[in-house]
Amino acid sequence: MNTAAGGPGDPPAPRPRRKKVVLADSRAPVTVLRTVVELEEQTSWAEEVVRSFIRTQFRAAVKFAVGTLLLFGALPLTFYVFPELSDVEFAGVSLPWLLLGVAPFPVLFIIGYWYNVVAESNERDFVDMVEK
Amino acid sequence: MELNAWAVVAIGVVGLATFSLGFRSSRLASTTQDFLVARRTVRSRRNAAAISGEYLSAASFLGVAGLVLKDGADALWYPIGFTAGYLTLMLFVAAPLRRSGAYTLPDFCEARLGSAGLRRLATATVVFIGILYLVPQFQGAGLTVHQILPSVPSWSGAVLVAVLVIVNVFGGGMRAVTLVQAFQYWLKLFAIAAPTFIMCVLFFGQGGVNGLGATGLSEPLPPRFTRDAVVTVETDVVLQVKDGVWLSASGTVDNAPAAGRVYWGPGDHVVDEGTELRFSEGSETPVVHPAALDNASWLRPVNGTGDLFTTYSLIIGLFLGTMGLPHVLVRFYTNPDGKAARRTTLHVLLLLGLFYVFPILLGALSRVYAPELLVAGRTDAAVLALPMKIAPNALGEILGAVTAAGAFAAFLSTSSGLVVSVAGVLSTDILKGRVRDFRFGTALAGGVPLALALVLRPSDISLSIGMTFALAASTFSPVLLLGIWWRKITWVGAAAGMVVGGTMVLTSIVITTVSGYTGGWAPSFLQQPALATVPIAFLVVMVTSKATQGRIPPDTNRIRLRMHAPDRLGFIRDRDIARFGTAEERTRLANGRHRR
Repeated sequence: MNTAAGGPGDPPAPRPRRKKVVLADSRAPVTVLRTVVELEEQTSWAEEVVRSFIRTQFRAAVKFAVGTLLLFGALPLTFYVFPELSDVEFAGVSLPWLLLGVAPFPVLFIIGYWYNVVAESNERDFVDMVEK
Repeated sequence: MELNAWAVVAIGVVGLATFSLGFRSSRLASTTQDFLVARRTVRSRRNAAAISGEYLSAASFLGVAGLVLKDGADALWYPIGFTAGYLTLMLFVAAPLRRSGAYTLPDFCEARLGSAGLRRLATATVVFIGILYLVPQFQGAGLTVHQILPSVPSWSGAVLVAVLVIVNVFGGGMRAVTLVQAFQYWLKLFAIAAPTFIMCVLFFGQGGVNGLGATGLSEPLPPRFTRDAVVTVETDVVLQVKDGVWLSASGTVDNAPAAGRVYWGPGDHVVDEGTELRFSEGSETPVVHPAALDNASWLRPVNGTGDLFTTYSLIIGLFLGTMGLPHVLVRFYTNPDGKAARRTTLHVLLLLGLFYVFPILLGALSRVYAPELLVAGRTDAAVLALPMKIAPNALGEILGAVTAAGAFAAFLSTSSGLVVSVAGVLSTDILKGRVRDFRFGTALAGGVPLALALVLRPSDISLSIGMTFALAASTFSPVLLLGIWWRKITWVGAAAGMVVGGTMVLTSIVITTVSGYTGGWAPSFLQQPALATVPIAFLVVMVTSKATQGRIPPDTNRIRLRMHAPDRLGFIRDRDIARFGTAEERTRLANGRHRR
């Protein structure tokens, strides 16, 4: 039983923080701590690692942004160049209205979901690399 | 339309529910620290509902349908942009901003670039954007009240609502509590989705467009009245007629007094305030000046190069403007960490997409049923007026009550959120941060926009909102994007970009407003200047920063590490902890890493 937790009747005494005491654990955690400290101390290695990670994330974000912008940016120009698209109908609704009024919302969600997966896997790679 | 008792009851219920929810949750979290710490445990799904609840303003609830009614396919870019703004936010800003630990935009500017002067400039900009965003909210409130109680003039509605918001914020009952805002989202979704479903069923039940004798939405003809209509013009308008129409008018038309039956030939007709126009069933509908005249051009997107420019400008302004809105970013702080911030944004994309389908449908329906709104230039009332047009009986009254309640929830949540964030910035950054200062800030943040809302002409809600987005996109978005991703930005560059971008947008706002009163001579690109101002602002920030490289803050690398390092490594520090709370709590919270 853990007595430090206290019963419901006890006064709410400030609990001491639990500390983990480990003797001579010479495996991975030491290097993890070392790399994290190194990151924080901004050694030249750490600076380079962080910079390249930021660049990876930036590239991913820019790719998605440019893709989205091209996708949506092409629409007004297409409608301008091919006005006859308005005469095309699906189930009684004209094509531009489907492309502008309905389609963008699921498309935006899918792009967002996809980016989320990419960004999180980039982060996982970075953590794995640091904690190796 | 006489007094709609249902609507008054529905609005009362919304107000009461909001108030009691807010009161209950604010009792649970009473101190600053409790409040802030409790907020960091908010789940991304509820948080997303809260963000959407605060974001869906009068512009979304009333304005989108109104613009669709007036401009047709080109107006569809507004809901797209309102939603896609969150995608940009997610790609570039959400996670790093959350990890930076800054609570507001001025706070971020100071944390990243280490300049108190830049913070003050950012504060002024936040206050300005907040006020500009509040004006259409109050105007929308006036419109809603006027629609329900036609005997009451619009200004009294705006005053009533502004006072209500200020009193609420004063008492602390409408604190930006997550639960209240989340509730508001679902309320608004219901209030627009349910009436839309029922009205669509009625529409097809009545035999669609042909059964009504209305103009088909793809025919090259102007909309027709489906029954006799009386329209009272409330502000001076220029009406365009395509083929010619017989009507009876009493008042001033084309600068001459008119009484009795007149014939309007094709062309423009100037109608003065207070004129009453009577149209008979089946006659052509004159349309206020810049709107799409016939249904075929209404249906077709992009008519001419001017439209092309405006559309691209709108896309840029809305895609980049969302991240610079003061009430949006504060909400992101309630996420536990950067990853959760990203997931929250993803949910927001879903919730907004779900919502915006309905105002679009309502806008299209009102082109069939409520063409007289095009005559009076009161297209923003479409969502409120449509139910009584489709079902002029008790059902219509109930549906109208539901949409009115939703509209009420829309501007109540958005303007409360805005007033709170502007008053917070005013009281901590300009005044001394006491409770008295916060109340003074609240009075200021509510009073100034109210005065503006009364003085300025109620232009279309979404258009003035579009201007606010352009302002945010030309001031904060370069600073945020470059501050997060570019190592070499300096505070001098950031300040220069904000000043230049802000001045350009402000100039175009002033020119458009003045020209609106003096005959509308200003070119249309000034109404949506983002396509020019945003790139210039970015350029100014970059060039000025390059010229002042000596001023890169010395701890830049550390701040960048904190913003971008994955949450598991635990580099997040929340800036408020260093400022608020007792000494004991500060050390306790600051020592523990945000390891999850």
